[in-house]
Amino acid sequence: MSDDNKETAGPEGPREGGEPREGGARRERVLGTPSPAREKALLAEDDISAPAGVGEQLDEASMKRAERIVATLFMVAFAASVAFIAYFIGWSGRDGGMHGVVRARESNFWLGGTMALSFLAMAAGVTIWVRRLMTSKPIVQERHELAADEDTRAAFAQDFMEGAEDSGITKRPLLRRTLLLAAAPLGLAPLVLLRDLGPLPEKRLRHTYWGEAVKRAKSEGKKGVRLVVDGTHRPLRVSDFASPGSMITVLPEGVEEHVPEDEVLTQNAKAVTILINVPEDRFKPAKGRENWHINGIVAYSKVCTHVGCPAALYEQTTHHILCPCHQSTFDATDAAKVIFGPAARPLPQLPLSVEDGYIIATSDYHEPVGPSFWERG
Amino acid sequence: MSDTTAPKAIEGTLGFIDERLGSTTFFRRNVKKVFPDHWSFMLGEIALYSFVILLLTGTFLTLWFNPSMKEVVYDGSYTKLQGVKMSEAYASTLRISFDVRGGLLMRQIHHWAAILFMASILAHMLRVFFTGAYRKPRELNWIIGINMFMLGMLEGLFGYSLPDDLLSGTGLRITQGVLESIPLVGAYGYMFLFGGEFPGQDIIPRLYMLHILLIPGLILGLVTAHMMIMWHQKHTAMPVKNQTEKKVYGYPFYPVFMAKTGAYFLFVFGVVALLGAFAQINPIWLFGPYDPGAISSGSQPDWYMGPLEGALRIMPNWEISAWGHTVSFNVLIPAAVPLGIIFGGAMAWPFIEAWVTGDKRQHHVNTRPRNAPVRTATGMAAVTFYGLLWLAGANDVLAERFHVSLFATTWFFRVTVILGPILAFIVTKRICLGLQRKDADVIGHGVESGVIMMSPDGRFSERHEAPREEEKIVLLSKENARPEAPARDARGIPAPGAKGPIGHLRSRLNRAWTFDDVPVEEHGHGEHEAIESGSDSEQVKR
Amino acid sequence: MKRITAWRRRPWAGYAVVLAALAAIGVVYAGFSPQTERAEAKSSAQAAQDLKNGQELFNKNCASCHGLNAEGTKDAKGKPLAPSLIGVGAASVDFQVSTGRMPAMNPGAQVPRKEPIPAFDTSIKTDYEDPKEREHAEKQKAQAEKNLRDLRAYVQSLGLGPEVPPASAVDPEGGDVALGGKLFRTNCAQCHNFTGQGGALTGGKYAPPLSGDDVTPTQMYEAMLTGPQAMPVFNDTTLTPKEKQAIIAYLVQTREEPNPGGNGLGRIGPVSEGLAGWLIGIGLLVLAAMWITAKKPKKLKKS
Repeated sequence: MSDDNKETAGPEGPREGGEPREGGARRERVLGTPSPAREKALLAEDDISAPAGVGEQLDEASMKRAERIVATLFMVAFAASVAFIAYFIGWSGRDGGMHGVVRARESNFWLGGTMALSFLAMAAGVTIWVRRLMTSKPIVQERHELAADEDTRAAFAQDFMEGAEDSGITKRPLLRRTLLLAAAPLGLAPLVLLRDLGPLPEKRLRHTYWGEAVKRAKSEGKKGVRLVVDGTHRPLRVSDFASPGSMITVLPEGVEEHVPEDEVLTQNAKAVTILINVPEDRFKPAKGRENWHINGIVAYSKVCTHVGCPAALYEQTTHHILCPCHQSTFDATDAAKVIFGPAARPLPQLPLSVEDGYIIATSDYHEPVGPSFWERG
Repeated sequence: MSDTTAPKAIEGTLGFIDERLGSTTFFRRNVKKVFPDHWSFMLGEIALYSFVILLLTGTFLTLWFNPSMKEVVYDGSYTKLQGVKMSEAYASTLRISFDVRGGLLMRQIHHWAAILFMASILAHMLRVFFTGAYRKPRELNWIIGINMFMLGMLEGLFGYSLPDDLLSGTGLRITQGVLESIPLVGAYGYMFLFGGEFPGQDIIPRLYMLHILLIPGLILGLVTAHMMIMWHQKHTAMPVKNQTEKKVYGYPFYPVFMAKTGAYFLFVFGVVALLGAFAQINPIWLFGPYDPGAISSGSQPDWYMGPLEGALRIMPNWEISAWGHTVSFNVLIPAAVPLGIIFGGAMAWPFIEAWVTGDKRQHHVNTRPRNAPVRTATGMAAVTFYGLLWLAGANDVLAERFHVSLFATTWFFRVTVILGPILAFIVTKRICLGLQRKDADVIGHGVESGVIMMSPDGRFSERHEAPREEEKIVLLSKENARPEAPARDARGIPAPGAKGPIGHLRSRLNRAWTFDDVPVEEHGHGEHEAIESGSDSEQVKR
Repeated sequence: MKRITAWRRRPWAGYAVVLAALAAIGVVYAGFSPQTERAEAKSSAQAAQDLKNGQELFNKNCASCHGLNAEGTKDAKGKPLAPSLIGVGAASVDFQVSTGRMPAMNPGAQVPRKEPIPAFDTSIKTDYEDPKEREHAEKQKAQAEKNLRDLRAYVQSLGLGPEVPPASAVDPEGGDVALGGKLFRTNCAQCHNFTGQGGALTGGKYAPPLSGDDVTPTQMYEAMLTGPQAMPVFNDTTLTPKEKQAIIAYLVQTREEPNPGGNGLGRIGPVSEGLAGWLIGIGLLVLAAMWITAKKPKKLKKS
């Protein structure tokens, strides 16, 4: 805090005059606390903001009382801190330590309660101390002009120019320019270093694991990959899912087996799909997707096209799919077209078919799932 | 106070430091530094002390937290999640909560302190704005403050994302979606931040580094700068008796202010501990581990991200797809524009105001909000805008609690977010001018005393008394608007500041700023009788 | 021995054995359980009477909207007012009536949960001190249970639908709570919230809270099975009974679990936390700031 010279050039204690300095320092003499005898009456009525320093106006008895109150509060704080330590050492670790909800609750209550009591009692004590017992008087200090005076500025400007002159930077443009040239790529270097933070997007955002799963299934001579229930990994038959108004979250079969463990979540994050049984008479398949559903059983990407929350809230009466994050609403009967909210595009639809009575997907999504991005097109 | 020397221990220590650093000169100059008193001056201190609490509790949490996304099967003491697959980050947070003694308390205190940190910065900013404390010479500190709030938002977002629970994972998913939508570089930014596709394995360790090292470091630096500038410039004062532009009146730093701020430090600690002990926050064990296919209704961010969330919710679905590229205005506009207006506007405001009013002086005494109606009204418009976006971020909770249609709440906010600020501006300005008129009345006609007098001819009238000295000083602190020099003088030569379109704009704005100002003057056209009758209550002035 | 073997080869032998066996069973049955038969006869009469009671209850409480034959009704424009109840099954009736949703009071965006009407209120208080009062309440409860059973049976008789699950299928003790949590978060929490606090749907509809003790495990099961109102259906082949039981176990354990961190603030997450931070946190600290900087105590004003 060496920046303080200018501001506090003159000492500002209430009792001392300042050492005179140039310009405006004459009035540095501080007003405020002449002899208490003369000021007392004035102070009493003159309290614009006199939250402290009333000590002198209190008689000995009330000061004693205030002192006792403060001391009591400090004792309370002491007791609470001791209780905190005592509880921690004596009780919180009993029966093999604190484990589980019930013990955590008890420990939180006692540790937090005693801690809060200790702090608050101490805070109240100090506050009363300041308000009732401190005898400091309000004082007045000069506010200084922050800017330097003309002379100083001029002197500095001269010093600065002199230095520049002496260094030769103004006289030797070659040095100046090559120095700038040398510095410029140095600034870019850290950016280059950040390149390996992650891979380039390439085609990553355009495919999901459904594509790979379908490819594997086809190589095994099947028509497509089965849909399994997220959480139980049970493949679904058409007959299993026959109740109109049904809804369930599904994934492609085989994610757990065929994907490295640390990538499962990442693949699921894109492949997660919502399977809905829309009453067939209400279902209007989109052009070119007439055979993508099985009697009204239809699958849409669960990743919202807005910013990627799972759009999972299906109302079987209105056939709306709602994203609980930002309330984008899609119509499940009409190719998941947007009917309300900030999302701009329908949820991608997964082509479904039947094989051996099981619901299968016959290809990947035909468009990128999830939020829009620049290269999406 | 005695004139004897300090006790030996202190004397010795001070001497030791002084001989090496020359510190006594500094101490001597600052030990009695004056601090003006007002309750609202302590709002910023809440932020300072919450930050200290955050550093302390945060350090404690790092001792057990494991920022890893490696999948493990939980077998800890929270029975409901036993056998569930989760990341190590989530498992270690459960461990802190249920197996580390005092861990839950520290977690809760940490989170409550974060909420208070951000809330108190905002409250402090509002105080500074409405009292005009940001004016020259304090613009830099104002800008530093806004930057700290923005860093705080990032810090908070990264912090509550660390446990890798379902709620915060949803927040990260949204962050990813917003990042991805940035034109040209979005997909690259996404890949680089997440080290591949969402969620990947890298994001939690990276956020952890940012959360515990980089951003707190930056905030710490800014806090230091903020405090040093404040100390150097001296605190502003309220426009009350004894406070002038030249002199600051108040209590000395040592011992009064030190004790007060110490007490307040303890209060902040106490209140945060109270909340940590008795109000549950961020119960991640109820949210479950992050799972990209799962979601909960009422998924909200912490309050300071609320306006962003609200903007995302009420934005219409504008998106352009052309020439093989997609631009998502439905994401970009809400992510950048509202807070851009608020924070960018706030940072530019001191300079805009100085330009419009032509006021290049230094100000150390605050303005009463009513005495700067345009400023106050603009502030209230911004508060309304922010507040409505904030509420819009909780529209599903509002719809659920009050059983109104979800879409109706969206439409309500779409309309009010535009109209509300305008209305707030008009209403606030009217109220300010009304209050000015009242002040002018009090100064001109005196205060109604409640004493009814009968005049010799039998008429009754209420006696008006001159306001008390303190009150009068407060009222007269208003700086009445002076009519600006006309844009053209008598000979038709334009004034230097009013040339060109910019100059025209400036003088128009200036007129808008001042035209309806109500002068508050002591020697107005008042009833002299009333003032005279009150003269007996004139106080002895120093 | 040889003769028997020879008989076994005869073409009629198989029939003879079957007939003999049947006769033997008949004799044994008649001899051992004459009472059963009589009870059955009686119970079928009782069943008819119960069914009649069910029909009466239906006509009195339900037919005004659902039609005398439970065929459903439509308004003048052909918009359905009340759905047909043929084939909805006993589970649906039990859910709607035991949660008080049916009979519905007035049409709104959604039929709310309320106290069941007295004829079906099976949750009335019976733990009275006064034995007379207690007896009366218990009788009333038994009657309500019977009424509900009869109504269910009547609707089930109109067309088969999902049955009410047995008590063992909904016992939260037997569920795999870890699996239940996963399934709940994936398929239920989007409407009902992590902790079952409920949430908003479109058009003023809402997902009701599941956190109250009045939501019984049976009702949870029935809701999943039948998909009342806007809720999707989760039939027993999509989510097996075991999985439903897991979800029930998760929900019941979650609502019974204490909040280790103090007051749960409604368990709805950051909205109430932010509110508490501003109102309680900043509120208390502003009070503290006012105290610290307040003018001196009143009584000293004129000293």
